[in-house]
Amino acid sequence: MDLFYKLANGSSADLSLIPVLSEEEFRKAVIETVKAGSRIETMFAMPEEKMFRIFAVLLTPAEHILNITSMKVSEKYQALTPELAAAHLFEREIAEQYGIIPEGHPNLKPVRFHESYANKAPWTGEKAPEIGNIDFMTMQGKAAHEVAVGPIHAGVIEPGHFRFQCMGEDVYSLEISLGYQHRGIEKMLEGKVTPRTIRFSETAAGDSSIAEATVCASILEALDGVEATPAARKIRAIALELERIANHVGDLGALAGDVAFLPTASFCGRIRGEYLNMTAELCGNRFGRGLVVPGGVKAGIEPERAEKILKWIERVYPELKNALDLMFDCPSVLDRLENTGKVSKEVAQELGLVGMAGRASGLLLDTRYDLPLKSGDPRVKRISLKHCTGEVMARAHVRYREIETSHEFIIRMLSEDLKGDIRTQYSGRVPAGKIAVAVVESWRGELCHAAVTGEEGTFRRYKITDPSFHNWTGLAMALRGEQISNFPICNKSFNLSYCGHDL
Amino acid sequence: MKPAIYWILWLIASFILCPILPGIINKVKAFFAGRKGPSVFQLYYDLFKLLKKGSVISNTSGGLLKLAPCVSLAAIMVAALLLPLGIVNSPLAFQGDVILFFYLLGTARLVTVWGALDTGSSFEGMGASREMQFSALAEAAIFGIIGCLATLTRRGDLTMLPSTAFSSSIHAVAILLCALAFFIILLMENCRVPADDPNTHLELTMIHEAMILDYAGPDLALILYGASLKLWLFASFFVILLFPAISVGMLLSSVIFLGGIVAAAVVVGIIESSIARYRFIKVPQMLVGALGLSLIALIFLIFFDGGVK
Repeated sequence: MDLFYKLANGSSADLSLIPVLSEEEFRKAVIETVKAGSRIETMFAMPEEKMFRIFAVLLTPAEHILNITSMKVSEKYQALTPELAAAHLFEREIAEQYGIIPEGHPNLKPVRFHESYANKAPWTGEKAPEIGNIDFMTMQGKAAHEVAVGPIHAGVIEPGHFRFQCMGEDVYSLEISLGYQHRGIEKMLEGKVTPRTIRFSETAAGDSSIAEATVCASILEALDGVEATPAARKIRAIALELERIANHVGDLGALAGDVAFLPTASFCGRIRGEYLNMTAELCGNRFGRGLVVPGGVKAGIEPERAEKILKWIERVYPELKNALDLMFDCPSVLDRLENTGKVSKEVAQELGLVGMAGRASGLLLDTRYDLPLKSGDPRVKRISLKHCTGEVMARAHVRYREIETSHEFIIRMLSEDLKGDIRTQYSGRVPAGKIAVAVVESWRGELCHAAVTGEEGTFRRYKITDPSFHNWTGLAMALRGEQISNFPICNKSFNLSYCGHDL
Repeated sequence: MKPAIYWILWLIASFILCPILPGIINKVKAFFAGRKGPSVFQLYYDLFKLLKKGSVISNTSGGLLKLAPCVSLAAIMVAALLLPLGIVNSPLAFQGDVILFFYLLGTARLVTVWGALDTGSSFEGMGASREMQFSALAEAAIFGIIGCLATLTRRGDLTMLPSTAFSSSIHAVAILLCALAFFIILLMENCRVPADDPNTHLELTMIHEAMILDYAGPDLALILYGASLKLWLFASFFVILLFPAISVGMLLSSVIFLGGIVAAAVVVGIIESSIARYRFIKVPQMLVGALGLSLIALIFLIFFDGGVK
């Protein structure tokens, strides 16, 4: 029997085709495949016949394919984490959700502090643990001190708790404890599939609404056996790049604000609004909510509107470049961003960082190339990874380069013919006993949804893996040996999602 | 008008006008950012608003927290009594008052630090430790500048300021170096960019702001007012240093004095708009740089102007 089932991105297969390996086989297969150049897209558990089935979905970039495998466990298994650091948060999550204990896990703590789905949490049994109350790693010594930040922060940002172990101004370790935004989205998506399903998934991370909806739509389409039309796929791609630009612009502005560099901070704040308004021009919502529907998109782009957006970009883009060049040409800003918050390529590789942060550490990964939803569709130009050394500066630079390539792509697409059907006949069929997986490169990185269907028309398990879930540990590592006063710019340079992590 | 009355009028004007300085800085910053920005009178509105509000005191406080704003403001106000305002010497000036002037400002800082430590919050402790570290270095630079000015004018009180004169190129170089060094100290002591960022909401990067996180209502009003008065005093010091008392008449010297202070605020605003904040490791370098400037000025005087006689 094969160790993996090979699934194309955005397609479905019979659940019975997914291999069920023994514990040792599973462990060996996953660890070896990841060490050979694949990466973990997601790992999740699902109850099956009084036991649990743990799935591992790996992305193999060389083959542009997803490799899926599974194993059955009842209560415990030997943890993968000691040999595969990238699995550590997934194993904690599985332990929290179903009480399955990964033996030998070096850091087994709650992730989101919710009640166990199977009423047997490893730490508190049936009850939900008290949020934020974990056994933090501490440092002993006379001069050592602990700084606790959050969950309530100054400013309008999401809640999360950060625990620093410091000696004076130097940070020795940072532990991040999230879960305050847990809403139970995965549970809400289980059961009957309704027109609301895609709207729910859209709210998993509001700043990536378009990406979330595109992944969810791909899953629903795969299950229904239909495919979005070429025009719809182009419009989705345009909207995804607009989302990327808006967020990158906002982040670069915020980064400038954090080092008290006023001009770029103010300009970017306004210019981000322009790109959000362009998204609103496409669908009526500044964050692109409701644009993507199963089978296509809500509204097409007529030549007049394409022309309008092109003119708009023509006006705003030079202003944006001007504001960004101001920042990237200012020595005092560069001094703050360079040699700050470094995540080396080796650490990034080991932790399985994805997306923009991974690229900034020099990892050549981008699901727009590694795993396109449909090969042959027009693609954004790949950015060069020159000077991507994993510092705050590198993450800022990757953003700037992506803003450029996204503009180039949007202008190219809008100048092309966008006519044609924007929606295929989507019947809403959800066949029984299937598994479907879709991955899309959101602005933060690869966003993966996996669905297992139960009876006809229902989801038995729906797993969302936000890029933030992969990357939060990267932020903790970036702070090692860093000055505590540099935490805000390190944090901003990643700008990870709290709600995308907490679901 | 008698100089003493003229000086008292300027003292009263200083107490009334000082909240306008942060307003001017913010207006300049808004201009550079392409925004309209808040009114220059914003701090007045804020002060009135805060005076009407209540405040909450941390349970761990032993009372110093509540005491600090009053004592700190009082110390700054007493310091104001010694400065030659409107470029006229204070009637209260005495030999060595320059030491008292800077240590009154030091007292204001010390009680603020006590208040901060009194809260038991890790942020405030962090802010207090940073404030003390940097102000220790700033103090060295301040006394470097005073030493240089005392050598130049042969005076040991604040009347040294209006007595400086660009009488020779050596004096001019020494005064300009001192003024530059003092401006760096002004930025640091008043928590301006590049040493600190008064607008930040990021607790972990704050210096002065971190120490006053626990204050609200009238206490915060006292602190904000005290900070603006301190900025006024530093700006006055800077202006009087650069524009010594020449017999131009009270009206013209008033215009120079007020215009100079406003110009100093505008320059602070321009600096804040054009450079990013330094990382913490660089702030001591900046302060040691200020000390270096004052020492260079002193060496200049000693070697080229006959030195200490």
